Amino acid sequence: MSLLLLLVLPLAGAALLALRGERPEAAAVNAIFAGAGLACAAGLALKVVAGGPLVAFGEQFHLDAFNVFLVVLTAFVGFTTALFSRPYMRTEADRERIGARGLRLYHAMYQLFLFTMQLALTTNNLGILWVAMEGATLATVLLVSLYRTPASLEAAWKYFLLCGVGIAQALFGTILLYLAAEKALGAGGTALLWTHLAAVKSGLEPGVLAIAFVFLLTGYGTKVGLVPLHNWLPDAHAEGPTPISAVLSGLLLNVALYAVVRGKVLVDGALGTPLAGRLMMGFGLLTVVVAALFLVRQRDVKRLFAWSSIEHMGLITFAFGMGGAVASFAALLHMTVHSLTKSAIFFAAGHAAQKAGTQAMDGIRGLVSRSPAVGWGLLLGTLAILGVPPFGVFTAEFMILTTAMGRQPWAAPVLLLALGVAFAAVFGRVQAMVFGEPTGEPLKHRPLTAPVFVHLAIVLLLGLWIPPWIAAWYRQAASMLG
Amino acid sequence: MSLAAQLIDLLAALLLLMAFAMLAQRRLMALIGLFAFQGALLAASTAVVAWSTGQAHLWWSAGLTALLKAVVLPLVLRRLAVRLAVARDVEPLVNVPTTLLVGIALVVVAFDLALPMAELAGTITRGTLGIAMACVLLSLLMMITRRRAIAQVIGFLSLENGLFFAATGATYGMPMVVELGIALDVLVGVLVFGIFFFRIRETFDSLDVEHLEKLGDRG
Repeated sequence: MSLLLLLVLPLAGAALLALRGERPEAAAVNAIFAGAGLACAAGLALKVVAGGPLVAFGEQFHLDAFNVFLVVLTAFVGFTTALFSRPYMRTEADRERIGARGLRLYHAMYQLFLFTMQLALTTNNLGILWVAMEGATLATVLLVSLYRTPASLEAAWKYFLLCGVGIAQALFGTILLYLAAEKALGAGGTALLWTHLAAVKSGLEPGVLAIAFVFLLTGYGTKVGLVPLHNWLPDAHAEGPTPISAVLSGLLLNVALYAVVRGKVLVDGALGTPLAGRLMMGFGLLTVVVAALFLVRQRDVKRLFAWSSIEHMGLITFAFGMGGAVASFAALLHMTVHSLTKSAIFFAAGHAAQKAGTQAMDGIRGLVSRSPAVGWGLLLGTLAILGVPPFGVFTAEFMILTTAMGRQPWAAPVLLLALGVAFAAVFGRVQAMVFGEPTGEPLKHRPLTAPVFVHLAIVLLLGLWIPPWIAAWYRQAASMLG
Repeated sequence: MSLAAQLIDLLAALLLLMAFAMLAQRRLMALIGLFAFQGALLAASTAVVAWSTGQAHLWWSAGLTALLKAVVLPLVLRRLAVRLAVARDVEPLVNVPTTLLVGIALVVVAFDLALPMAELAGTITRGTLGIAMACVLLSLLMMITRRRAIAQVIGFLSLENGLFFAATGATYGMPMVVELGIALDVLVGVLVFGIFFFRIRETFDSLDVEHLEKLGDRG
């Protein structure tokens, strides 16, 4: 029941807001729908954690500890971003960067995007997973070009074509997977169902699955932002409205990586060799290193944090690639804390850029003295994302690095060096924005900074003490991933 | 070799020919025509597979392909071209011979890649997997070499055709629910592309993608 609501609510919200999305109360309606989604997600999680995995609606949907944790995270960040977007989009509308039609489009597509994310996570059918991922691109691409500036059009065009081609590769991977599955399960509807595939994974043809995984990894990897397929990501994050940057980083990247990991479980079972893990480690390491180098030369605040997302997704991909109980646990934890921290940072950075009237970091100064909440939020968020203890990102990175030292000693110094470079690059920039002589004007609509601090408080809590039931939950999910 | 298998091979060869023709076609309207013809060939080959194997859902798939890829999408593209006043556009393509030579090399690569997979597929159409991959790679090449936004999108759609052909060739088609979902995505995708064309032209006064190469991390 809550599963049905989880999927139907955003659809209903999208329809309603497509008609009435320009009205002043639309932002609140948007948040209410997202909040109701969160309640459904929480209900589902309670059921799955207590009662184990479940399938529903003729096995078309499937929930286990792994995806239900992402369902909750997605619903939570979707809800807080909707709250943040209320004052943010009002300011944008006041400044006439967006009109009534734009607002309708924005609100409707926001709900539609949440729908595609939840569909991708809860579906048991790998074909539908693909359809939902492509749907997520379609829902967000018009939002990236919402401001109709030349730069935003270019960003959206790049996003559309690159992710389109990428996702086409993932479709080919899915077709190959189906080819192998047909042999084991027979033709028809069940051969693409993940639960059935997972049951027979050791009997799948290894040669075909290896090729299929390469296509799945490059395809969904484009959406994760893995180097060298990352080109769309900084542009799309920088040119779209900030709430969209927050959900792209906080939700879309996670869900794309989720698709890769589901593929990896099948391939590992069929091959019995660490091929998939090695590929993911290679891509992940390359991503971390390249992102660290590019972080140094950024001038735009949203681009800076977009590159930081690339870096962290690389690290998480690396951790999933290493595999094993500890690394997978760390990867899941890192997914959570990155999502929360990065969206908090985008909330703060969005308000800061609005206040200064520019996204250029040289134009943003003295946030702490002019609007302490935004300034401190940005500073604390930055410290958290850079892996300063006692925040949760530190815990996750520490676990990944120590595991790497034991299992992949060659990679650990490279990772450590890249994290060091990233720290120096980002911290210097943010410090200059937060302190110094203030610029810009106060905002008419008071920025909502509560979501920033709620996110950061959760990240802090996860760093200091992971509640046993969450730890047990992660452990259960990690054990399925091998 | 049965009649059906021969027919499918013929259609596959024609599909590959279309991919090459699209690579070299400078006139937008002719390109849309070629795309429609490719869609019709795809539908025909799916129908032949349906007829020879008795897979009922493939008939639906063939009908859907015929409707969407051979009729609806070409019509939408044609209308877009007329409304954007680019119907008579002739695209300056440099080095068509070189492009075609690269295309031939890609076909060889595709056949080589498809060999191990084709051996596993038990379908009568498995020989066509190489051609499907070649179509995919040629479409990618087309997207890279084209300068006009509409031509790039046609390349993208033709890539989708190649993938569909691979799906029928290797597995007798995906489950129906998935195929419907993919068709929906393609349709919505084209509508979104259409909106984009207008926005791009409104902003830059042309549909040349060279205006869309300014962003980057050069400092």
